[in-house]
Parts: sequence; structure tokens; C-alpha cells
Amino acid sequence: MSLAIATNNAATQRNWLEKLGPGHIILGTALVLYPLVASDFFLTQIGGYSLIFGMLGLSLMLLAGYGGMVSLAQITVAGISAYAIAILGNNNSNVLGFGWPWWLAVPFAVVAAALASALIGWISVRTEGIYTIMITLAIATATYYFAQQNYAIFNGHSGYAGIRAPVFWGVNWRDARPFYYLCLGLSVLSYAGVLYGSRSTFGMTLQAIRDNPRRMRALGYHVTAHKVFAWLLAGVIAGLAGVLLVWFNGRVSPGTIGVDAAIDVLIIAVIGGLRHPIGPFLGALVVVLMQTFAIDIVGAERFNTLIGLVFLVIVFVSPDGILGLWGRIKPHLAQESLRPGP
Amino acid sequence: MRMHRRTLLALAVFTGLTAPSMALAADDTIKIGLLATFEGPFTVLGEDGERGAMTAVAEMNGTVAGKKIEIVKGSSDASPDSAVRAARKLVEQDGVKVLVGPLSGDEGIAVKDYAKTQPNVTFINGTSAAQDTTLRNPAENFFRFSTDGAQWMAGLGTYAFKDKGYKKVATVAEDYSFPYTQVFGFMAEFCKAGGHVPSKSWVPIGNKDFSSVIAAIPEGVDAIYVALGGADAVNFLTQYQQSGGTAPLIGGSITVDQTVLTSKGKLKEVLKGTPSAGPTADTNDAPAWKAFVEAYKKQPGAFPSPSLFAHGYYVDMKATLLGLDKVGGDVSDGGKKLREALSSLSFDTPTGKVSLDKNRNAIADIFLTEVTEGSDGNLLNKLVKVVPQVNQTLGIPEDEFMKLGAVNRDNPSCP
Repeated sequence: MSLAIATNNAATQRNWLEKLGPGHIILGTALVLYPLVASDFFLTQIGGYSLIFGMLGLSLMLLAGYGGMVSLAQITVAGISAYAIAILGNNNSNVLGFGWPWWLAVPFAVVAAALASALIGWISVRTEGIYTIMITLAIATATYYFAQQNYAIFNGHSGYAGIRAPVFWGVNWRDARPFYYLCLGLSVLSYAGVLYGSRSTFGMTLQAIRDNPRRMRALGYHVTAHKVFAWLLAGVIAGLAGVLLVWFNGRVSPGTIGVDAAIDVLIIAVIGGLRHPIGPFLGALVVVLMQTFAIDIVGAERFNTLIGLVFLVIVFVSPDGILGLWGRIKPHLAQESLRPGP
Repeated sequence: MRMHRRTLLALAVFTGLTAPSMALAADDTIKIGLLATFEGPFTVLGEDGERGAMTAVAEMNGTVAGKKIEIVKGSSDASPDSAVRAARKLVEQDGVKVLVGPLSGDEGIAVKDYAKTQPNVTFINGTSAAQDTTLRNPAENFFRFSTDGAQWMAGLGTYAFKDKGYKKVATVAEDYSFPYTQVFGFMAEFCKAGGHVPSKSWVPIGNKDFSSVIAAIPEGVDAIYVALGGADAVNFLTQYQQSGGTAPLIGGSITVDQTVLTSKGKLKEVLKGTPSAGPTADTNDAPAWKAFVEAYKKQPGAFPSPSLFAHGYYVDMKATLLGLDKVGGDVSDGGKKLREALSSLSFDTPTGKVSLDKNRNAIADIFLTEVTEGSDGNLLNKLVKVVPQVNQTLGIPEDEFMKLGAVNRDNPSCP
């Protein structure tokens, strides 16, 4: 009996490894070992920051790729959880700051973000295509200006400063390595969640709704509920990213959730590609690298032009983003491997 | 084969990520970070700041204590987040031990907070002029050789009340710490002299439509005090003129700066005769100022006269270089000697003597000015009066000054 279970276990284990695939294993190992070779700057400012924006892109990819709803309000959702952390936890701006411990503030912030996301979704599911973009842009802009001009809750233009990542288990989670692994852990969790969810019944239904909402409605599915639930899930991911973002910056202000940032998230998702959850992470890496180092390449006057040109070239060469590029190169490589060696 | 290909890809990504961090600075150069707004609504101001900083570098022929100066630039969009991100990149990636910047108020406060986490790096302000960057909770390694926004207003409130005869003034200013500081500096004197400020309008940076602000200005005010910068100032003034507004203006330091005075169109008529105060005056006759203007004009794209951003970045960069010169360019001790040298530094700038107080904030001359048309048709800030050696507490004893409270939207008030 016990033997049977053991073999059974081994079988599932093998199965798991196979399911994971060599690509994931190599990528995962590389990401886990990355801190061994990277400087602190590359760990947090490039690595951690890319993972955070990758998660934001992922939440958009979930909505746009599987649900056909392009949202510009993901940074707003992240901003809500970031502000919630600043308000519920400690800050040094002398406004609010209830001093809740992190294990209470974080779930609260993420739930608040998810609910806000669901609300945004509930408002915008009545629209389609470009109108969804417009309505989410309107929500993002309105939130930005509200945060900018409200002093009682959002503390206006200066926002909140002096927000510290928690210290527990003897680890300061804002130190380079712990913070990187924290970002990596949550990213992997979100990534795996989206990948698993996309193959679940709910994911399949959502994709079917994307392709033909009228038929799904006729079949008896509650289209609106499915869409709003997708917004809720995207809100959880964006909310987690928001918590990481506020710990990363140590501060949050309306500039964090401005229209520029909202468009950055869209660019990340588009550059990376919307067909697979890995796309936004690739996009985030490219965008963060460009935004950090373009100024070293062309100087202070024209670096935004260079960034724009690179994005233009990527989208021009491959409408599907970096994932699309990979999709085009792959068959060539596969053919290469079929040829006999020298 | 399949594995091999992916390994290659992973390797490529890997080396790409780590390689840039391997670049090392040569021993005979000294790296100085220059943080300014090269994007966003204050781009024009940031570019002029850079010109000022480069004027100081050119004055030293690009070397200090026998070492070549290497300027590494960082760009922000005037938001505190982007300023800290750019500062982090300069300090943690490019490895600068001395950083000059940033440009605007809230950025200054954010960079000061960041400075506390990098005790081995020396931060010298650019032109950020919020009061609390140095007055409350200062950082040991943050120096400001340019004065703050309240200091810049020295003499203006009294001048507006006594010489101009304005009794009731409405204020329109951007909604962040630097304009709060400017309004504070103006009102400190104006209210004390007996004036009243019945309404204060705060507008977000980058605001385009000022119609509601203009409508909210009360009837019967003698003048409007405007503390807006760059495009915001041009937009407000244009719309105010179009709406038929005729009240005379009082300018904040960056409102009637060269960045605004050089803008084209009918604005000229509106701006003529506007009193203002700030760290510079275009018609300053002092030989040191004239020499500075000539040196500044050699920079590409220079304005007819340096803006206060060019001046501020010049003064702070000059102080940095003088400090570095004193310690022989040696910052290997975590910049301790450099910071000691800077703390006791006192030197002559194009606008008079500058020294630091105990919070490492400058004590310097302030210029009361009025906008006039120059002989070549360009608008200039004509020097009216020099207010000598203004300190951060505006000549008020420190304990009394601290009792006035931190500057914000509601403080001070005299309706």
C-alpha cells in the first residue's frame, strides 16, 4: 500500500517537472541565482522594479489577453493599495498613519485594491473596445487629480513619505536581496496563478466570452459576473504590486499613479506581448532598462526620443511585442536543429 | 539541442543584465552627479540649470585638484519619486560620491530623505527651494548654497505695500512645497506691514485651464501675487489677459524669470512693471555678475540672461568644485573632509558673498527687481534694491521664526 503511494507520488512528481517544462526551470534557476552576480542596484532598481511593473503588466495582460478588456487603470489600483499601506501603516508626513502592523495592513490594502478594481470593472464592463480604454483612462486621470488635490486622505501633491518595508524573521525586507526575492516570489505566484487560471474552467469561460459574448450569454453564462471577477483577480495582482511599489519607493505621491505611469503599464504589456503571461515581465525588463540607461546612451536632451523609437521599432517589427518576435524566430531555430551537425 | 538554445538565451539575458555594472571609474577623474528636470513641465528650467552647472565646470577648465571632472546626468520629471529614482541610479549604479541637484521643491525634500540613507555621499542642492529641505529635520550630508523660496522674497512684501501701495492682494500659486515657501516669504512681510490676502488659489503643476482660478479671484484686489513656473506661468498670464483681467501683478521668483520673460506674444505688456524678488537681477551692474553672464552665454542654447536656475546650479556646482579643490579631490574617506570643507566654505558668487548657517543653508544677498523692456526689446528684471545677507529665518530670531509653523497651504494667513 505504502509502496503504491510512493510510486504514485514519484509519478506525480515527474509529472510536475514535465508540466513545468525546461524553459520554466531554466528561467526560474537563473532568476533565483541572479543575486549572486548582480550588484545591489541591478537587484532592486532593475530586477525588483521590473518584477513590480511586470506584475502590473500581468494584471493588464490578464484583462486584455484573456478578457479582451484593455485597462489604463491598473496603476490606479496599485496606487490604492500603496496609499492604503501609507495610511494604515506608518509614514512620516504627519498625516493619518494608523500604525497597523504589516500583516494587517497588507491584506487590507490588497483587498481594498481588489474591490476597487472590481468596482472599476463593474463600471467599465458595460463598454467595449476603445470605450473601455477611455473610461479606465478617465478613472485613472480623475483619481490622479483627486489625489493631487485632496489633503485629508491623500495629502495632496507631496503624498506620503517615510514608508518602510517591514522587518520580520530577522530580515529587513527592503534590503536588496530579501526585497528581490520578495518581488520574485510574488511575481512567480501571480504568474503561476494566471497560467493556471487561464486553463481553468473560469479562464476558458473568460476567453470564450472575449471571443463571443453573445453566444456565451445565450448559453446561459453570466457574462458580466465573469468579467467583473476577472477584474477582481487582476486587482489582487495589481494590489500586491502596489504594496511592493510603496515599499520600494518608500513613498507614494500622485506622480506615482499619474497618466504617464498608466501609459507605462500599457506600453509594458504591449511591448512584451499579450498572448502569454511571461510577456509583461519581458516588456517591463525592456522598458525599465531603457528608462534607466537611455540617458547614458544619448545624453539628457533626447533620451525620451530614443526610448520612443525603440518601442516603435519593436511594435513595428512585431505587432505581438517581444513574444511575437520569439514566435517568429522559433521556427527558424527549430529548423536549424533538424539539420545534421557538422 | 532544445536545452542548448534556451541556455544560450538565458546566458545572453544574464550577461546583458550584469555587464554594465562592471564599468569602473578611472582614478584620475572625479565623477559628479548632476540631477535636473530634463523631462516633464520643467524641462526648460532643467536645461538652463545644466547650463549654469556647466558654466562652473568650464570656469575650472573641466578639472579640479588635477583630476578631470566627469559629469553624469540624471533626469527627473519634477516628481519626488522620479528624483529619488534618478538619484539612486547616480549613486548606486554610476557610483558618484558627490551629487548636485535636484531642481524643484518636493524633489529636494525627497532627495534629502534619501541622503540620510547614503551617509558617505555628499549631496549639494541644485535650485530646490522648499524651506523644510534644510530648516526642519535636515540631513547631515545635504548642503544648500542657493537660498530658499522664502528668502528669495525678502523685501518684496514691504515694497508692494509701501512703495506700490497695494493693500489687498490675491495669490495664485502652484500646489507644492516651493510655492508655499514663496507665498510664506511674501506674506511674512506683507501681512506684517498691514496688508491683507483675502484669497489664495493653489493649482496643480501642469494645469492647462485656469478659468476657474481666474473666476475665483475676488473683485477689488489691488494686485495678484503669482508664483507659477515655466509653462504654467505663461498659460495663466495669457488666460488672465484674455479674460480681460487688469489687476497689476506681483511676481514670484520663477514667474518673471528669463524662462517666462523670453516667451513670445502679448504677454510683454502684461509683465512690464511687475515687481518681484529673487536671487538674481538681470541689470545687476556688478562686474562679477557681468562676467558670469558672459561665461554663461557661451553655453549652447543660452538665454539672453541666465535664469535663476542657471544661477542656482552655478552657485551650487561652484561651491562643490571649491570644496573638492580644498580637499584635493579626495572623497575616499566617505566625503567626510569634503563635508567639513563645505560647511565652512564662504565665497564670492556673481551675486555677492555666500556662506552657510548651522543647517547648511545659504545666507546670501537677495535682489528686489521690476520687469522692464531692455534696449534690445527683451524683457529684463531691473534691479531696484539689494537686500544684503538674508538668512533662512528672514532676520527673525530662530525660536520666534519656528513658532510661525511649517509652511503649507493655510499658513500663514491674513484675510
